[in-house]
Amino acid sequence: MKKRVPLIIIFCVGTLFVLAIFLPFPPFPAMEGEVSVWFDILKGFAFVLGGGNLIRVTADKIRKGHPDRFYLWVTLVGFFGMLVVGLLQLGGPIAPGGDFTTEGLWFRRIYDGIFAPCMAAIFSTLAFFVSSAAYRAFRAKNREATILLIAAFVILLGRTPLGNSLTAWLPDFLNFLKIPWLFEKILMYPNTAGQRAILIGIALGIISNSLRLILGVERSYLGGERS
Amino acid sequence: MTMWDMIVLWIGGAMTLMIFSFLYKDNPFYKFAEHLFVGVSAAFWMVKAIQTTMIPNMWAAIWPKSVTGILHAAQHTEPNYVRLIPLGLGLLLLSRLMPRIAWLSRWAMAVLIGFTSGTYLVRYLQSDFIAQIRSTLIPLVVVTPQGLDVIQSLLNCVLVFGVLCALMYFFFSLEHRGVVGGISRAGIWVLMVAFGASFGYTVMARISLLIGRIDYLGEWLQSFGKIL
Repeated sequence: MKKRVPLIIIFCVGTLFVLAIFLPFPPFPAMEGEVSVWFDILKGFAFVLGGGNLIRVTADKIRKGHPDRFYLWVTLVGFFGMLVVGLLQLGGPIAPGGDFTTEGLWFRRIYDGIFAPCMAAIFSTLAFFVSSAAYRAFRAKNREATILLIAAFVILLGRTPLGNSLTAWLPDFLNFLKIPWLFEKILMYPNTAGQRAILIGIALGIISNSLRLILGVERSYLGGERS
Repeated sequence: MTMWDMIVLWIGGAMTLMIFSFLYKDNPFYKFAEHLFVGVSAAFWMVKAIQTTMIPNMWAAIWPKSVTGILHAAQHTEPNYVRLIPLGLGLLLLSRLMPRIAWLSRWAMAVLIGFTSGTYLVRYLQSDFIAQIRSTLIPLVVVTPQGLDVIQSLLNCVLVFGVLCALMYFFFSLEHRGVVGGISRAGIWVLMVAFGASFGYTVMARISLLIGRIDYLGEWLQSFGKIL
């Protein structure tokens, strides 16, 4: 019951959606659209589950006297504050499509004051870490590292006015040495070749993993005995 | 700028500085901003999911009269009881929060995984696998009305042989020695160019975000002048 039923469900649902491609008569063509909506609804439930799990884990740590319990309270206050403001639609209603850009909406104020600045600041601090990592890793120690370094350097320079002006003095017959030309060609040819090979590999991986899941070979999602 | 706009700007500026303080070292200000962000973002995505998906696609479909006047799209529509299925599956998913019946969530997960596997199997076969191979089948010798285009021919060769070499690098059924080893080494070079390009773009994206934040802090500093 606990392990066999999920395997049967996956086999039936997976096979049904593979077969739906080969059966172009009702209800099969419309089925994918309807189930996509179910999928979105279930994603919504997954967010609710994530919120519930956050409360459970945080409350558990506070109860056990975690040294960071003050900050855990901050998490809970932030969570419930945003939840109440969003669900009760304080300051005005959120539009049906979820548009919360209306002036005066508290949900938008918290978004503008806390969510957006924190997210942008966290991601922008990565600029420092990426730079420091690059300083240590980007040494032309061997041929591969040199190629990586040159490609990254050309891409970075190719997008800036400095890159354009550095090689602008070159005559037209040496056009292939100009950074904008190199930038464009590196992106369009060797970069596309590498990305394409990776994409083909990913596609093969997803196809084989999908088959493994449908046929019940891959069962790690069922978890261990305890879960 | 209204008083509320000013308060939001000040909180945003303070939050930005608290996050940036981590560049020095881990400290209480950073921890405060980090934990607040975790709580707020979890609730943000939860409210977004409820408002954009669960209410219009599930609640309004099952019980349209309850949202008449609130959701215009749901007016005068008949109840769609098929949507009770995702409601049931969603409730099964939430059983994960109750350890005794947590195993029931596997049924909902199984539907999600089955749907994803079935659709992805065909979709990736069509869009990534076949389409990428088709795009690689291009002429190696490019002839224009003006004659042989040497540069374009070379570039096309780089693309076609680059894909083949990089694929050979991922092919583990043959030992990478001799000719195969040489091809796979060329594949590594192609992959290094791709990684270098991706790295360059990542750095640029992060730096543009940093510029945006510094711009925001500039706006924040200007607000001092308005107060004084």
